[in-house]
Amino acid sequence: MSKVEKDEISGTDTTGHEWDGIKELDTPMPRWWLWTFYATIVWAIGYWIVMPAWPLISDHTRGMLGYSSRANVEQELAAVEESRADVLKALRETELAEVKDNQELYQFALTGGRSHFAVNCSQCHGSGAQGGPGFPNLNDDDWLWGGSVDDIYQTIQYGIRSDHEDTRVGNMPAFLKDEILERDQVSDVTEYVLSLSQEGRDAEAVARGKEVFANECASCHGENAKGGRDFGAPNLADAIWFYGGDKETIYKTIANGRANVMPAWEQRLDDAVIRQISLYVHSLGGGE
Amino acid sequence: MNLLWIAFSIIGAVLGLLLSAKAQDQVMMIHGMIFAAASVFAAYALISRHYRAAPTPVEGPGGIVYNTEIVRYGVVASTFWGVVGFLVGVVIAFQLAFPVLNLDLPWTSFGRLRPLHTSAVIFAFGGNILLTTSFHVVQRTSRARLAGDLSPWFVFWGYQLFIVLAATGYVLGATQGKEYAEPEWYVDLWLTVVWVVYLLVFLGTLWKRQEKHIYVANWFYLAFIVTIAMLHIVNNLSMPVSVFGIKSYSLFSGVQDALTQWWYGHNAVGFFLTAGFLAIMYYFVPKRAERPVYSYRLSIIHFWALIFLYIWAGPHHLHYTALPDWSQTLGMTFSIMLWMPSWGGMINGLMTLSGAWDKLRTDPVIRFLVTSVAFYGMSTFEGPLMSVKAVNALSHYTDWTIGHVHSGALGWVAYVSFGALYFLVPVVWNRKSLYSDKLVSLHFWVSTIGILLYITAMWVSGILQGLMWRAYDSFGFLEYSFSETVEAMHPFYVIRALGGVLFLIGSLIMAYNLWRTARGDVRSTEVGALNLNPEFAAGR
Repeated sequence: MSKVEKDEISGTDTTGHEWDGIKELDTPMPRWWLWTFYATIVWAIGYWIVMPAWPLISDHTRGMLGYSSRANVEQELAAVEESRADVLKALRETELAEVKDNQELYQFALTGGRSHFAVNCSQCHGSGAQGGPGFPNLNDDDWLWGGSVDDIYQTIQYGIRSDHEDTRVGNMPAFLKDEILERDQVSDVTEYVLSLSQEGRDAEAVARGKEVFANECASCHGENAKGGRDFGAPNLADAIWFYGGDKETIYKTIANGRANVMPAWEQRLDDAVIRQISLYVHSLGGGE
Repeated sequence: MNLLWIAFSIIGAVLGLLLSAKAQDQVMMIHGMIFAAASVFAAYALISRHYRAAPTPVEGPGGIVYNTEIVRYGVVASTFWGVVGFLVGVVIAFQLAFPVLNLDLPWTSFGRLRPLHTSAVIFAFGGNILLTTSFHVVQRTSRARLAGDLSPWFVFWGYQLFIVLAATGYVLGATQGKEYAEPEWYVDLWLTVVWVVYLLVFLGTLWKRQEKHIYVANWFYLAFIVTIAMLHIVNNLSMPVSVFGIKSYSLFSGVQDALTQWWYGHNAVGFFLTAGFLAIMYYFVPKRAERPVYSYRLSIIHFWALIFLYIWAGPHHLHYTALPDWSQTLGMTFSIMLWMPSWGGMINGLMTLSGAWDKLRTDPVIRFLVTSVAFYGMSTFEGPLMSVKAVNALSHYTDWTIGHVHSGALGWVAYVSFGALYFLVPVVWNRKSLYSDKLVSLHFWVSTIGILLYITAMWVSGILQGLMWRAYDSFGFLEYSFSETVEAMHPFYVIRALGGVLFLIGSLIMAYNLWRTARGDVRSTEVGALNLNPEFAAGR
């Protein structure tokens, strides 16, 4: 079937081949296509001349510009470090409570603190520091371990129930699981705890629960259940709940205990960074 | 010959049972059983075939007895896997928007379903389309029946078995953690066997050809088959911990492993999804448009340029990583040089239509084919653009990449496949026309809107994501946390999922239309108004 024909529509010759009815035209390659193709090749060769490009036996062509992405990153990081050196030094050497007096330093710390919080803390405490079940809200003035900037700094540095030797430690026992209390007693204390912030609880259970509370709970949570910061014991009378304020959750908390962990950030972050985060958290609204 | 195949099946059954009995893990036990069951079915089919009267040979055009039955099987498999792949895609798209849909079960978690989706659409749908069309095209353009009697069937069923082993493995948690090459060592070995037979069948058919020259579509098919074999073998080189366990360790480590993986991954795009589907384009566009291919010279030059340049472009997936700068440079510059060779295919596809542009109005199948070439052109411009390091610094790791991949996957790969399926079904079932052209048109518009929703959502979300990641405040601190950027993605994830739903609906419309066509039905309202199959021969 080798017969060159002229295609009527385009006026171009075919190549004379035919496969299953398909013919091919002998159209030359479009000039713009060819020249663009050549241009990309020329551009690539130019790029190879100025940039690191071809492997050699024990090295590679370095390129006229001497570009190195690794060196670039090192330079950029060094530049940032240098530009911040003074302010970071000042931050490390200033008492946390006095940073506020230096507006420039304080602004830097808050901005940096917000950014470091977003990267390191928001996973548990939320991007707005609003917390969630088991992770305290950091915007309010209900502090477990103290709300002064130094308290916050200590908490972040050493963590809570962390593996650091200076960690803050508090222990909510598992009253039912460890057979300290009976089921009914746990239920009564639950009623009592709820009655502190709610009206209309079962009065008899509350009365019984109050007695149990005085014996078992008051040593940490206080006589009036307003909490105790020495043990990180939450205030139970303010209707702000750590793990949840419904009856079932409170019952579970008393029955099984709680032992959430906050890591010791001293092991992971630079001191200046922890200071920034402390100042930022302190500034959120509840700082003391 | 038949006996040899039966012997192979029995050996396969014994091997499967052995693997299952001595398996060190649950997945190997199940896979051993699947393998044994498949082998027993194969033996049964072979034996019953032996006792069945051979079908009377049906002559195709030119008096040649083509193997059209395997093409029919391939059409069914392609359509089925396509719908499955799109469905899983829709599921994981909704999982990204609403994580609760992970259902807290290991088997339905995103991490397991995502490779299920990618493998189902690329290898199950795309792979079956490539097998099916290559078996059709190589026969027709060589004027020779497909080489081998049972070998093509081994390729077809062996490939389906590979898909089942891969898919069940993913859901049960078996993966070697290499993107687009997740199946473990024993599944890889099985695919290698199937692939070698595929190559032999293809070469054997070319060998028997009654045409002097090899048609351009077959160059592309051959490049696809050979290169995929090479990529598959090298990237999957690994040492199993035990022959009775699924776990293996790659021969490569560190940045060498990463580069090997992306040399594979990028060329899976280049040779599976580009070269293979260009072969489809080179046959089905001129066939359907009934016009000669625009330029023979362009086809030669762009073929060799594409083959030579594509294989170098992989490192652009590893910009700004531990990969040495020189390697990144080569990946980027070869990607730029690849732009025109890629567009050569687009020019040949679109310009073949010259003189037949009016068919865009009258033939919705042409509309699929032409739109696919347009999407191909767009993706192959976007690809080199994204390989430029300055652009990549913004686009990498963002949804922009996902949008780019899907404009190629949905717009190019799937559309050219749909066009080929709509063309093939009337031909291989010997029907006068499709069941309905209007439904083809409906499929076209529903899925086109789906694609547009998908890719625009991903572009916006990707660029937003990239900009949020690199936003600094006046002190040089990062402006956003990662979780804030994830939150910002939510509306776009919902839009993307809706786009996916439309695309899935379109594929169901197609499946229905193809099924009715195969049955020989014609939609009553369209009688006399349908585009006819020129190869239809009544009484054949």
